[in-house]
Amino acid sequence: MNISAHQKAFAMVLSLGLVAGCSSTGDTMGEDEYGSDVQAVDQDGGSTVYGGSEDGGVSSTGLTDEEMREREERAEQEAMRNITTFYFDFDTAEIKPEAREVLVAHARYLESNPNQQVRLEGHGDERGTKEYNLALGERRANAVERFLIVNGASRGQLETVSYGEEKPAVMGSNESAWAQNRRVELVFE
Amino acid sequence: MTNRTRTPRTLSAFYLVCSLLVWALVGSTTAHAELTIRITEGADAAIPVAVVPFAESGSIPTGDKISSIVQDDLTMTGEFRTLAPEKMLSLPSKRSEVYFRDWRLLGQRYVLVGELTRSGDRVQARYELFDVNREERILGESASAGINSMRTLAHHISDKVYEAITGVPGAFSTRLAYVTLQRSGSEALYRLQVSDVDGKRASIRLESDEPILSPAWSPDGKKLAYVSFETGRPAVYIHELSSGNRTRIAEFRGLNSAPAWSDDGRSLLLTLSKDGNAEIYRMDIASKDLKRLTNHWSIDTEASWDHTGNGFFFTSDRSGGPQIYHKSSEGAEPRRITFGSRYNARPRPDPEGKFVYYVHQRNGAFHIARTNLSNGEETVLTRTESDESPSVAPNGRMLIYATKQSGRSVLTVISADGGAAYSLPASEGDVREPAWSPILR
Repeated sequence: MNISAHQKAFAMVLSLGLVAGCSSTGDTMGEDEYGSDVQAVDQDGGSTVYGGSEDGGVSSTGLTDEEMREREERAEQEAMRNITTFYFDFDTAEIKPEAREVLVAHARYLESNPNQQVRLEGHGDERGTKEYNLALGERRANAVERFLIVNGASRGQLETVSYGEEKPAVMGSNESAWAQNRRVELVFE
Repeated sequence: MTNRTRTPRTLSAFYLVCSLLVWALVGSTTAHAELTIRITEGADAAIPVAVVPFAESGSIPTGDKISSIVQDDLTMTGEFRTLAPEKMLSLPSKRSEVYFRDWRLLGQRYVLVGELTRSGDRVQARYELFDVNREERILGESASAGINSMRTLAHHISDKVYEAITGVPGAFSTRLAYVTLQRSGSEALYRLQVSDVDGKRASIRLESDEPILSPAWSPDGKKLAYVSFETGRPAVYIHELSSGNRTRIAEFRGLNSAPAWSDDGRSLLLTLSKDGNAEIYRMDIASKDLKRLTNHWSIDTEASWDHTGNGFFFTSDRSGGPQIYHKSSEGAEPRRITFGSRYNARPRPDPEGKFVYYVHQRNGAFHIARTNLSNGEETVLTRTESDESPSVAPNGRMLIYATKQSGRSVLTVISADGGAAYSLPASEGDVREPAWSPILR
């Protein structure tokens, strides 16, 4: 029922990888090495495409670039959609800034796949009372639901349920466990 | 007799992945997962009482010794200090055998003596309680019970003794409902159980691998309302204890939780979010008619009727964080009760309307605290740090709550002023969500 800690760790690694990938493109293929008019995009097979110079390349290069961007964007979106757990601060239901881009990717995917159903499971940490945490878990799930709807998902695709503090992702009574337990999980059905 | 209910899958293929079992159990068949008392703290001003082992005539069931149970009951409250039988100078069983001077020398204020007589399949107890200083009998009674109900008889005697000395009815014949939880890996086993207040005679009433929360006793002590996730979503059930019959009373979209019975047993306060966010409603049980009692964008939950039966306490985070509020009638404006810290939740008033007890956060730890309703004074009652779910005894003298010991959830009983304590750990796993029954007639 719950996404295992393993999968979650995987999703987190992916998300870190994403960030690292973006920055390394800039770092290793920066101005110093290739000059300001050269852009490089490193792709799966290792082929390097140069483009954007003032007189060379003409239309075919431009199209390739666009395709590349689209592909990259798609891959990026897919990678983002591997992240299905979103974390919250104590006693809040505020979506963190770093979660927004990923949730937008989910919302777009739902928009283009209207038959896809998602269950939004809200959770809290063990601190405080069980019934209040149940309501808080629901508030978190509702916050994610509203965000997805605003960004393109339709209400009929979404279902929310709160488990309060009953289904911790991580056992333990410390800040780290609590932080990982205050969450909303997207479960695609 | 055991009922097994397999709840139909309602939602989707998602559920096929997780196995889901719900067992509704009838009768007091099982005595496992019993809780064991551990006295953790004694009160300073305990009253010395000598409970003399009762004389026996005829074949009295061995095992549960009535006088030991009475002694344990009285000690448990923290209000009494009992004398070990080996320190007694004599073992009287009737007035003519009581030498008050001896008991005074032993520093005793009260002496309980008695005799058990077997007649057929019943045992009769004749017992007397004496005030040592006044050399007076303050209680004398004869009571009987079936040979398999020695604990019932003992708790009855404890109730009488407690009332004779304190003037307040005892609560030893009441029962506890609670939820035990055992986890192994990602599997969880929730069990709703009912036991005596000393944790004995426990029986399992419902078993599920999905959460069971918030058991609440009907005022006649015959039913429990609770939240169960057995369909994959929270729903409120009413469970008749003698038959094991269950009714799913609330299964609206969103939350269905925090049931609390009205004094007449005809309606429940519930937290529902069907209209958008967590609000408190009153449901008439027979008609299922709903009346909405709160209306605010914040979380409103954990309602509990006050002693008048007209108003109720609840938790709301309308001021930013959870705080305790009171409405003096269903339509009244809510009045905020707690101001002492940023987190105060799950109010439970005492039966006389003097205090409200709740979970209180201070310096990062969660304690049980109470506020005196006449002057607003707040007292933190516990030193334990992960406290939850306070439930007040029907005589208002004791309080049970859940806390953590070495990472496991246990139940702890304290006197209502925070003085004495004993804990009830489960033999394995966690025990949580205690609910103290009303006085059973």
